[in-house]
This record gives sequence, structure tokens and C-alpha cells, in this order.
Amino acid sequence: MVQRASITFKDHFRETHLFQQRLLITAIITIILLAVLIARLVFLQVLSHDHFTTLSEKNRLDILPIAPIRGLIYDRNGVLLAQNLPSFTLQIVPEHSKDLKKTIEELKKLVVISDDEIKQFYKVLKEKRRFEGIPLRFRLNDVERAKIAVNQDRLPGVKIEAQLARDYPLGSLASHAIGYVGRINERELQNLNAPRYSATEYIGKVGVERSYEDILHGEVGTVLVERNSQGRVMRSETELDPEPGKDLYLTLDIKVQEVAEKSFGDDNGALVAIDPRNGEVIALVSIPTFDPHIFVHRVDTKTYKALSTSSDHPLLNRALQGQYPPGSTLKPFIGLAGLEANLISSDESLKCPGYYMLKNDDRKYRDWKKEGHGETNLTKALVESCDVYFYDLSLALKIDRMESYLARFGVGQPTGIDIRGEAPGLLPSKQWKQKTHRLPWFPGETLITGIGQGFTLTTPLQLANITAILGNGGQRYKPRIIHAIGEPGVEEITLQKPRHVGVVQKDNPENWNIIIKAMKQVVHGLRGTARGINRNLEYKVAGKTGTAQVFGIKEDEEYDEEKIAKKLRDHALFISFAPADEPRIAVAVIVENGGSGGAVAAPIARKVMDAYLLKDN
Amino acid sequence: MPGFSKSEFTDTTRIHAGRRVLHRFHVDLPLLLGLIVLVAVGLLVLYSASEQDAGLVSKQLIRLGIAFTVMFAVAQISPDTLRYWSPWLFGVGLIMLIAVLVLGEVGKGAQRWLNLGFFTFQPSELMKLALPMLLAWYLSEAILPPKFKHIMVAVVMMLIPIYMVAKQPDLGTSLLLASSGIFVLFLAGLRWLYIIISMLMLIPTSLLLWFYGMHDYQRSRVLTFINPDSDLRGSGYHINQSSIAIGSGGTYGKGWLNGTQSHLDFLPERKTDFIFPVFSEEFGLIGAIILLTIYAAIVARGLVIAAQAQDTFTRLLAGSITLTFFIYVFINIGMVSGLLPVVGIPLPLVSYGGTSMVTLLAGFGILMSIQTHRKLIAS
Repeated sequence: MVQRASITFKDHFRETHLFQQRLLITAIITIILLAVLIARLVFLQVLSHDHFTTLSEKNRLDILPIAPIRGLIYDRNGVLLAQNLPSFTLQIVPEHSKDLKKTIEELKKLVVISDDEIKQFYKVLKEKRRFEGIPLRFRLNDVERAKIAVNQDRLPGVKIEAQLARDYPLGSLASHAIGYVGRINERELQNLNAPRYSATEYIGKVGVERSYEDILHGEVGTVLVERNSQGRVMRSETELDPEPGKDLYLTLDIKVQEVAEKSFGDDNGALVAIDPRNGEVIALVSIPTFDPHIFVHRVDTKTYKALSTSSDHPLLNRALQGQYPPGSTLKPFIGLAGLEANLISSDESLKCPGYYMLKNDDRKYRDWKKEGHGETNLTKALVESCDVYFYDLSLALKIDRMESYLARFGVGQPTGIDIRGEAPGLLPSKQWKQKTHRLPWFPGETLITGIGQGFTLTTPLQLANITAILGNGGQRYKPRIIHAIGEPGVEEITLQKPRHVGVVQKDNPENWNIIIKAMKQVVHGLRGTARGINRNLEYKVAGKTGTAQVFGIKEDEEYDEEKIAKKLRDHALFISFAPADEPRIAVAVIVENGGSGGAVAAPIARKVMDAYLLKDN
Repeated sequence: MPGFSKSEFTDTTRIHAGRRVLHRFHVDLPLLLGLIVLVAVGLLVLYSASEQDAGLVSKQLIRLGIAFTVMFAVAQISPDTLRYWSPWLFGVGLIMLIAVLVLGEVGKGAQRWLNLGFFTFQPSELMKLALPMLLAWYLSEAILPPKFKHIMVAVVMMLIPIYMVAKQPDLGTSLLLASSGIFVLFLAGLRWLYIIISMLMLIPTSLLLWFYGMHDYQRSRVLTFINPDSDLRGSGYHINQSSIAIGSGGTYGKGWLNGTQSHLDFLPERKTDFIFPVFSEEFGLIGAIILLTIYAAIVARGLVIAAQAQDTFTRLLAGSITLTFFIYVFINIGMVSGLLPVVGIPLPLVSYGGTSMVTLLAGFGILMSIQTHRKLIAS
């Protein structure tokens, strides 16, 4: 620090003199810098004035982006699912309107205009120039357009502007699979390629519209615009044509989809149909559906709230995001695991008394059939869906082997379908339980895992996928929703290749045949749980019924089998593939609160298979 | 305490009664008049630049009201009190700068704001006054011209806040901080030898900064400055459009509210950093010279106050505040007219925005305090 003592030696006169000298220097520099600025301004404003005046004229040339036309979406047979239709907006150009208030009053007599719309109009009015059209009413229908056209001469400054808006001609059909577009929101804006979207107002929000946004969007174009000194556009010339987005052909067969959706009646649920030969999704159903147009045209908060808070959860894509216990539909896979592990054979049998008990445990694990199935072998256990047989088998397999075998089919893993937001389901294991529940695995949990209850969760898509794998002899494909991509204006379309991801190892192919034979009997056998659907069936179906509950069993909850058995009836499930020997379609159905799988879910699957397999007749 | 003795007024017999009242409330009339004229012109331009948005102009008016209140309040504080609190103020500012870097809210990609619960605050603004005050305080206790040791200490005092502000990153403010510090040193009589040496050192330092210390966007701004035509759609756009606006204004301008370039959305940030082109397009060279004259008058008054100040602390501080104000003007106009690279510095008291306004007028409050608290020993 500065020493105080030195102050005594301060020479005030000298310091003042020094300071004044320095101040003078800065004053001179200030004047010089001011002169430099003025010289620069003289250069710009006097010497180069003509040059800049020319440039300022040129400045009226502006480059504006043009939004590309969004690609269309078709089903696999070329049925149009999403298109772009002109949407008509009522606008007023202030400078042409003599009396804005009066014009609006006149218009109110012709078309419905809400106070909100008028308020919004005046808000935008302040921000725009007098020669720019200001929107007053969106989405005029034909009648309204006609009314305005007829009265055009009484409505100075009123004009109707056409804009392309996304339209879904089939309405709510397949709404979960197709998805919808909506206005770009703040968050999306941040993650966008800004120049590419500079003229785009809408973006895919869910479903194919979102997952294939990149392909559907297209490339932005530019237009050269010449303005006069007030900014009015005098002339415009396209500089670069926008490149329309590519068209998508979905793997969906919209007729099958329609049959499936209608088959649900008033029930909620989901259905997924897959072509086992290549993983193509033939139908992707989630009920209830919704009207996608609500989202295209500024969804008002009331409608959205009603949709998002409804106890039916219409916005949830159950096919991909609904996670349900697979119930008895898991039994064929557990049975196959037992055969492949050489723990059972097709002729061995056990006696089912209607319940099962563990050693050192007096709890009864009940069968759904109180009086029991009697002497039961694997085939009978599958056909009649005997729980006791599978309790016994799971105990022999143990959770580790069950888990590793089910994992080969993809239980508890996302299938990798090309639609975003797929839920993974859940395949429990000892490690998983230790990690999430901090508890060891209990033998009772092994039992109920063997009948598809307990912790195990699958999505309908996952269920359809493992069914397809079982049906096609172990070939694993990633399910996909895109059949082909088409260039606009080009006849040919590019077919998408199947995404083969592996093979489920077969120790003995005969084991697979045993399971499939039993599954055929589920439908065609005299005692099959799904025999109700075999009347007039023109092809063989292999299937398995199931029932499931949606609530999860808490770790500390007593396994009251009776209580569970009652609740098991809550949700009806059915998996199937057909024709059984050379399957072309695999279907998984879940009907929420449907009751019995055989009575409620299986008929829906039958209708879907009929629609797909017999379409040429 | 802001006190004054009766004796201060005995010398003011030749001053009119009105001025006496002003003096009693520590208001410097010439400075006040200059500021009022400037602010009035500013509001006029802002009205045009904002597309005649009266709401925006009244917002600015409210901010000005607050800033002028702060100025009058600061003017009441005696320079002795200011000197006493200088190191403390600097300390507080430094802590706040650290706080901003550590927990400051990220706004617009740069950490400049500190949320104090009831309002947000930009500590770098406080530093604009605290740094020259600290340096003036420090050097006022040394024998001038400062010795090498004192210079080194002063340089360290400068570099810490400058580095922290630059890191936010706020290049404009760190530049202003640097110049306010350099002015104190220069006015304190920094030897020419040192000045020449540091100027020579500027070359390697700037090279180092270029390669290691600058962000990409800062580098591109400098490159665009050197060759604005290289990137007319990108970062050269600002300068190019700004030159067109100024140049097309000509000698007499296009008239108030009649500018075309500035109103056609060609000119970005026309309410804030690029407000000068709006002004010169509409008022031409004549208007620009008048505006510069107003600024020059304010600066001149500031320098007179510095020259008349009675002790080292006040004269160094007054000089630095005044010259930094001029640097504001010079950098802003220099940058919009293509003389200097684009750094984010507004045109003082004309550009829209509130934070720097309060600091600027607080600075003028200090000038008024210095001028009106003089004791009558010298003369």
C-alpha cells in the first residue's frame, strides 16, 4: 500500500500542473476523434451519398423464404391418409378499407367472428403496415367464402387468402399411428435447423408425422421480393423453388385398420398386427382415437384439457406406450423355454388339483379353474390355459432361465419400431428386483411370472412382435411402419427393406412345432379357450388367450390369489398368427376391462385376420 | 455525510439566486442542460426507431426519470464520502462479479445478471464507476507521476474486473472498464516511456487474445469489420445496412419519421445499439453534427469540472468519467459507421435500455458532486 508518510512530499503544484497538461492532451485527442467521426460521416453522407442512395434503392430487394409443401402420407395400397388442403383466411387490408369498424360489423353479419378474433385482429393491426392484409377469421368454409365473394363490392379492403393446411381425410382413423402436425412451439424452435424451417409454421408432433418429420418436411425455397420505399411488395420472382417433402407409404392396410378399430365397439384397448415375414405393421390400433384436426388448427386449451385429462386417455398411444401384464399369452413362450431346456416333454403330465403350493409355504397359488384341470400335459395346459402346470414349470425353470429365454424374443425391450415414444415394457430378473426394490427374489414371484403376471409388462406392439417371432420360426425383425418412400412427381417408389435383427436360437425345431400345434388347438380344438372364433374359419389360426390386470403388485402386498384371480378378468388379451403354418399376419389384442380373452379379444383378432387374409375374395 | 458549510456560499455573490438554489442542491446547471437536450433528442429518435411506439417511449421516459433521480441523489454525496467508500464499493462489485460467474443467471447466452430476489442487477455496471473510483483513490495517495510499483498495482486492480466481465462474455463493457482505468492512469501522469512500452506490447497481446481469448463470434465481428463485404448475409449485414442508412440520409436527411432503411426492417437492433443510423438517415449530416456537438458540450463541461477539481481523487475521477462517456459515444458511432468493429455498446442516453443509463447518470451525479462541493481554498 501507499505509505502515508509520502504525502508530506507531495508537490501539489507540480501534480496539478501535470494533471492539467494531461487533461489538455485528452481534450485535444477528443477533438481529433470527433473530427474523425465527422469526417467519416461526411464521407458517408456527402461524398458517398449517391452510392448509398442507389444501395438503399437496391435494399428494397429482399429475399424471403418459401415453405416447402409437406409430403403426403398413404397406406400400403395408396389410400391417402394425410394431405395438404387450401385453408381460407379472411383478411382486411387497412389502407383499402374506408372504415375498419364498419367493415368488421358488415362481416359479422355474414360470417361468425368471435370477440377474441377481433381483439387479436386489432393487436396485429398495430404491428403491420397499412398495405398488409391482417387476418380476421381463419378456416372459412365454402359457404362463408361464397357469402363474402357475393358481397365483395360492399366490403372494401376485404380479401380471402388461401394457405395450405394439413388435412387427414380419414379423420380419426389410425390417428395414433399417423399422428398430427401443429404449430411449432418455443421448445421445438430451439432445436430446429433454423434456415430450413424459416417459412414453416407446422411441425410433426406425434406418430409418423413426427418420427418422419425430416423426410416429410422438404427443403425451403426463396423468393426475391422488390419493395418500394414504403415496403410494399412491387414484384416478386422465385429464386429457388422449394423442394416438396417426400411422400410416405405406410405399411398399414387402412381397410384392416378400419375393421380393427370398429371391432372394439365401445371398449378401449389396442391392437397391433404385424407381417411375421418382414416386420411390417399392418394395423396399429389404439382406442380411443382422436381427431387430429384439432391440433392442426390452433387447439384451444379447453379442448386440449378435455382430451388430456380424460380418464380414457385418448392421447395415449396404447399400442406403443400402454404397458400391460401379458397374462396367459406368455405361456407358449414359457412352455417353449421348458421344452428347449429339456425340463419337460410333450407327453409328460401332472395332475392339476386347481391350486399349487410351494414347499414350506401354506399359501395356495390358485388356478383360474377352481376344480382343477385334472391330468394335464403341455398341450392341454396351453389349450385350456392351465395355471398349475406353468407354476410347476416356472419353478423348474427358475426366474433366471425364464428371463433369459423371454429376452431372446424381446420381452421387456423396445422393439425398435420407427415411431418415437415406444415404451420398453418390463422383464423382471433377480438383479432388477434387487436394484429397484432392494429386495431378494421370492419363489412365489417366479410362479406368477410363469403365467405372465407379477412384474412383467409388455406393450401390445411387443406382444405382437414376439408372436410374429414365434410364428415365423424365430426370425426377429424390427417392426416398421414405413413401407416405401416416394419422390413427388416420380412414379416409382423406394421400398424399404425389412430390418432383420437376429434369430432366436432353436435347440430342437420339433419343440416349436409342439407349441404351435397346441396354439392351433386353442382355436380349433374342442376345449380351446378361443374355440369361439373357429366357426367358418377358412384358414388355420394359432393363438393364445390371456387376461391381465393393469395395476402393479406392490412389493409388500400379500399375494392374495383369489383377489388377483378376480381382477385378472379385468383386461382381455389374445395373441395369434395365421395361417398357422405359414403365417402372414400376427395379431396381438388387448381389450381394457374386456373380461375373457377368448370371448372378447379373440373375435377382434379374427375379424382383423379375415380382413387381411381374405381381402381378395 | 453529504454536508456543506455555509462558507461555500460566500463566494457565490455574483451568481444569480436561481443558480444558488441549484448549487445548494448540488446541481451543475450547464451539465444538466446538456443532458436534458441530449435526452430530448434521444426520445425523439427512439419514437421514430420504435415505429412510433408511444408505450416504448414512455417506458424509456420512466427509466430516465429513475436515472435522473439517481443522479441527483449521487450529487448530494460529498467527494470525501465517495473517496472513503471507493475501496468498499469496489470490493462489493468484485464479490458480485464472482457471484455472477458462479451462480448468475444465463441470459442471452451470457452471464451478466444477478438476481437479487426483487430485481436483477448487472454488477459490471457498478464496476464502471467502482473501478475508476478505486484507481483514483489509490493513486491520489501516491506521489504523482505514479512509480512503477503503483502502476503495477493499479494494472492488477484493473485486470481482475476486466477479465471477469470479458469472461461473461461482455466485450463492450470490459472495453469501457479498460478505458476508464487507462484514463485514470494517463491523467495521473503516467510517464510517456510506459505509455510507449504498453503500446508496443499491445501488438503481441492482441495476437494472443485473437488466438486464445476470443469467442468465434467476436472473431467473426472483427473479420467482418476488416472486410464487411465478405459476409453480407451474415455478420457483415449490420455494418453494411447501417452504412446504407447513414449514407442515404445525405446532408439534410429524409426528415423525422421518414427514414426508409431503418423502417423497412433492414436495420437490425435499431432501437438499441444501431439507433444512430436511424437518426442520421432522418436528420442527415447536419443533424449528426448537432448531436455530436451536444455530446461534445457535455464532455467539455465534464473536462472543465475535472480541471477545476481541487484534489487528485476528484480530478482523476471526474476526468475518467467524462472521457469514458466520450469513448461510449466514439465507439458506438464509430462502430455503426464502419470505423470500428461491432461491439455491443449503446449510444449513451439515446439508445433504448435502462441498465447503462442509471450508471451513466450516476457518473454525472458524481461530476456534479465534485463541482458543487468545492471548498474555497484554491482559486
